[in-house]
Amino acid sequence: MTDVVAPQFHVGDRVTVRAAYPIGHVRTPYYVRGKHGIIERLCGAYPNPEELAYARPGLPKQPLYRVRFLQRELWANYAGQPADVVEVEIYQHWLEAQEQA
Amino acid sequence: MSHEHEQATEHLHVHRYPPRPDQDDTLTYYRAMEVAVRELLIEKGVFTAVDVRRQVEDMDGRNSGRGAQMVARAWLDPAYKQRMLADGSKAAEEIGLEVGPLKLVVVENTPSVHNVIVCTLCSCYPRMLLGLPPDWYKSRNYRSRVVREPRAVLAEFGTVIPDETQIRVHDSTADMRYLVTPMRPEGTENWSEAELARLITRDTMIGVALADRA
Amino acid sequence: MTDPNSPRSHHDMGGLPAGAIEPTEHDYALWEKRVDALMVLLSSKDRRLVTVDELRRNIESLGPDAYDKMAYYERWICAITQTLIQRGVISVDELGRKIKAIQDREEQRD
Repeated sequence: MTDVVAPQFHVGDRVTVRAAYPIGHVRTPYYVRGKHGIIERLCGAYPNPEELAYARPGLPKQPLYRVRFLQRELWANYAGQPADVVEVEIYQHWLEAQEQA
Repeated sequence: MSHEHEQATEHLHVHRYPPRPDQDDTLTYYRAMEVAVRELLIEKGVFTAVDVRRQVEDMDGRNSGRGAQMVARAWLDPAYKQRMLADGSKAAEEIGLEVGPLKLVVVENTPSVHNVIVCTLCSCYPRMLLGLPPDWYKSRNYRSRVVREPRAVLAEFGTVIPDETQIRVHDSTADMRYLVTPMRPEGTENWSEAELARLITRDTMIGVALADRA
Repeated sequence: MTDPNSPRSHHDMGGLPAGAIEPTEHDYALWEKRVDALMVLLSSKDRRLVTVDELRRNIESLGPDAYDKMAYYERWICAITQTLIQRGVISVDELGRKIKAIQDREEQRD
């Protein structure tokens, strides 16, 4: 059994952040849950912080991605420019391939 | 008056306060807890009093100078800049700066992109290069608002980003730590690395200010 | 904002309405620098007695009131101490005795 989960996504892939709301130590911010973004890069694979928070090893390591979100898709009445973005690091197990509309 | 203060007074008065009067004189419950834990751990041999003193001194010695050194080097050396943008940790180590266990990602401001850093979930910050973060960076108001209305927040800092420039907010939720490379001001041709480094303040490397020549 | 079927943790504040950013900073007091130093030493590669993840989780567990009413390094020392208790590095009993000894020591000084 391997210590690392294989990466599932590639740069440019459209992904959706799962709209799940568990208690516990979660590093996926509330404001991106259920939102769509694009994979900007694969940052590497790391032990899962949700497990590390309880002094457990957090293995197998999970791929971590920088995901880019358009501000106008995150917030109703975004007051800035249409090209503005937020980039957030999100672990693979929080991401799903976005269904093509 | 420090350069940073000069830059700020036009728009926002940066208030620098000494420690609260009760901080070092009154033994609050939490201060007693700190002493208790430290003494217990020393008794148990986890570390020594000298270890603690050295670590305090080490962090005390860190201000934004190390980060400024990297950015100034990048302004002067385009090949170094490319290496820095590709792998921030390696580029820091190349010039003798340690970044610790976390990965440094350097993002570059250009006329088309302006970057700003936040940690909405807590207060992650590139401490090894910039020292301890300012209170406002850790505050509820900054953490809540900069992801949602970056242009308004930057304007509060006196920084107006043109409409044609894309704003990228980086929310450091994991093990990456971000440093912004501000744009090099006009009229600084032939300046030395040390002179350039003086223009690169902490706030320009967080992304709430622009480097200027003044 | 938050709906009861999709609760938002109080520390997870990105996007919430908030006030003007006061550009205050303060010179860190010695005790605050010591708390910071404790964390660096305890989380170092050769000790690994506290991870930053446990620190964060214990801060989040302090509850919304504590989160808003306690100073930054007060939250840190509580979370560091909780972690050490969870890990069995210090016991609740020795912590209580030691805090009392320190408070008594301080009283004798006055």
